[in-house]
Amino acid sequence: MNRNTFRSSGSVFAIGAAYALTGLALIPLGLVLIFTISKGLPPVLHPEFFLNVERPVGVPGAGIQHAIVGTVIMVGIASLFAIPLGVLGGIFLSEYGTHRWAEVVRLGCDVLIGTPSIALGLFAYAFFVLPFHHFSAFSGAMALAVLMLPIVMRTTESAVRLIPPGLRESGLALGLPRWRVSLQLIVPAATAGVITGALLSVARAAGETAPLLFTAFGNQFLKFDPTSSMNALPLVVYHDALQPYKELQDQAWGAALVLIVLVLIINLASRYVLRRQLRLVGQV
Amino acid sequence: MATAVRSSEPDVHDVPRPPDRFRDVTLVVATLAPAALLLIILVLFQQAWPSVTHFGLGFIAGRDWNPVTLQFGALPGIFGTVATSLMALVIAVPVGVAAALVLAEQGQQTIRGLIGTGIELLAAIPSVVYGIWALYVLGPWTYEHISGPISDRFANLSWLSEASPRSIFTAGLVLAVMILPTLTAVSRDVIRSIPRGLKENSIALGATWWETTWGVILPSARSGIFGATILALGRALGETIAVTMVIGNNYQIPPSIFAPAYTLAAVIANEFTEATGTLYPAALVELALVLILVTFTVNVIALLLVRSTAARSAI
Repeated sequence: MNRNTFRSSGSVFAIGAAYALTGLALIPLGLVLIFTISKGLPPVLHPEFFLNVERPVGVPGAGIQHAIVGTVIMVGIASLFAIPLGVLGGIFLSEYGTHRWAEVVRLGCDVLIGTPSIALGLFAYAFFVLPFHHFSAFSGAMALAVLMLPIVMRTTESAVRLIPPGLRESGLALGLPRWRVSLQLIVPAATAGVITGALLSVARAAGETAPLLFTAFGNQFLKFDPTSSMNALPLVVYHDALQPYKELQDQAWGAALVLIVLVLIINLASRYVLRRQLRLVGQV
Repeated sequence: MATAVRSSEPDVHDVPRPPDRFRDVTLVVATLAPAALLLIILVLFQQAWPSVTHFGLGFIAGRDWNPVTLQFGALPGIFGTVATSLMALVIAVPVGVAAALVLAEQGQQTIRGLIGTGIELLAAIPSVVYGIWALYVLGPWTYEHISGPISDRFANLSWLSEASPRSIFTAGLVLAVMILPTLTAVSRDVIRSIPRGLKENSIALGATWWETTWGVILPSARSGIFGATILALGRALGETIAVTMVIGNNYQIPPSIFAPAYTLAAVIANEFTEATGTLYPAALVELALVLILVTFTVNVIALLLVRSTAARSAI
């Protein structure tokens, strides 16, 4: 009896410890959010923060408009390449998943996802900066595209996998060619899942700093030309946070808040889309 | 009868099928991912070549980093990278496995959903935001309340001396937070893939939750959790920006875990745009090459481990 009491109370203690450790895991999330909001909110509350570009230290009214525009342009160009190609590649992995080559592609994707992002920056530098002798937003976008591609492929694959095989079989039974079955039956049915994956990759790319350091480089002016150097939100946070001036540090916190809000909104949107999709598949 | 009918008709496999062009197109597009990986390694090799030929294998063991005398060695960078990553694992593995156990089988659906969302949001926060937080909040706080006091108390132990707000310890803490979501998610999937029967048998024999977990679940999930750990190690080794902001940028093998150091990725991030000449940028790219080959190996081992566990339990 005594021994059993010891055993069960030991188990209860272990459950408590597991919950305590799990709670510990969530503390940093709360702390990061609290500090970014409390330190980033004062600069963000000035409307000129969104309407102006960088100003010399001491001149009031500096803003991060150029960085917001830069992030949107570069992530946009990267998405233009990575999302269509990634979706097609993901279709290969799901539709022809038993093909010998598919396993190689899967491993390649997973290793690419784990490749240090700074290496992607050096890669884009060698390909798109060295030959043209100047930094450009386009080279940054290419680094981000390489980062996004494997994520889109893998998430598209798992989204298409959720579609019941009956749908594919009925399409093939009607004599439709493979491409029509894939593009007109399967992918539309899996749209929500595919969008989720694309959104997650966009959120990842928008928050990346390392691939942009030697490619987009940063620029204190508002630029729309993809062949010129360009600023981005994470670059502003990185560069200004390490400056000794209080104004610039505040600006870095403000940019960090804008960045975190942007990334979290994209993430929550993707979760919402995914939940709808899962409910839909569950009903089929 | 049935066989007779079938043999009189042409076999499905004998009818020449039109080539599946759609498969070929998607195959080529899908190949972009492994091709990019290969291309990255080749390009880094090519860019690093002047340094590879100039320093040979001595580059790995060299301790100097002097752009003026053009003496470059990777050892302090490798040490810093490995030390910060191991520190992150020591902190993150117990927490991550505990969270995975809770997420896989404990408590109510709503509580698990909330915890799961929280941990996934942890993965969504950009690394530069962790960096600025660690630089202004975590680093100074741990210096004041943890590393500083410990360093003063054990002044005679050299590996705990010379406390600074920017250190291997601070970088390891940030990395621990950043790898936690990977560790938790993969471990949770591995634990979930263990056949239910194993757990139910254990409970039917009268084992408590803890006895089932320690005696049945964790042993079955061991190689998968090990894979998750290695996968997280790969992430930690390659993390750049957050570490660059809090490592202290001191190119040395520090005497103490509380002292400033440097990591491979941080050296590249800080110096590449300023590197002139031939040998200096090549040496920096060679650092990246060392880093990418290490993470490549670590990742492949981890992925194979995680997959073999998942495949075995699927049977």
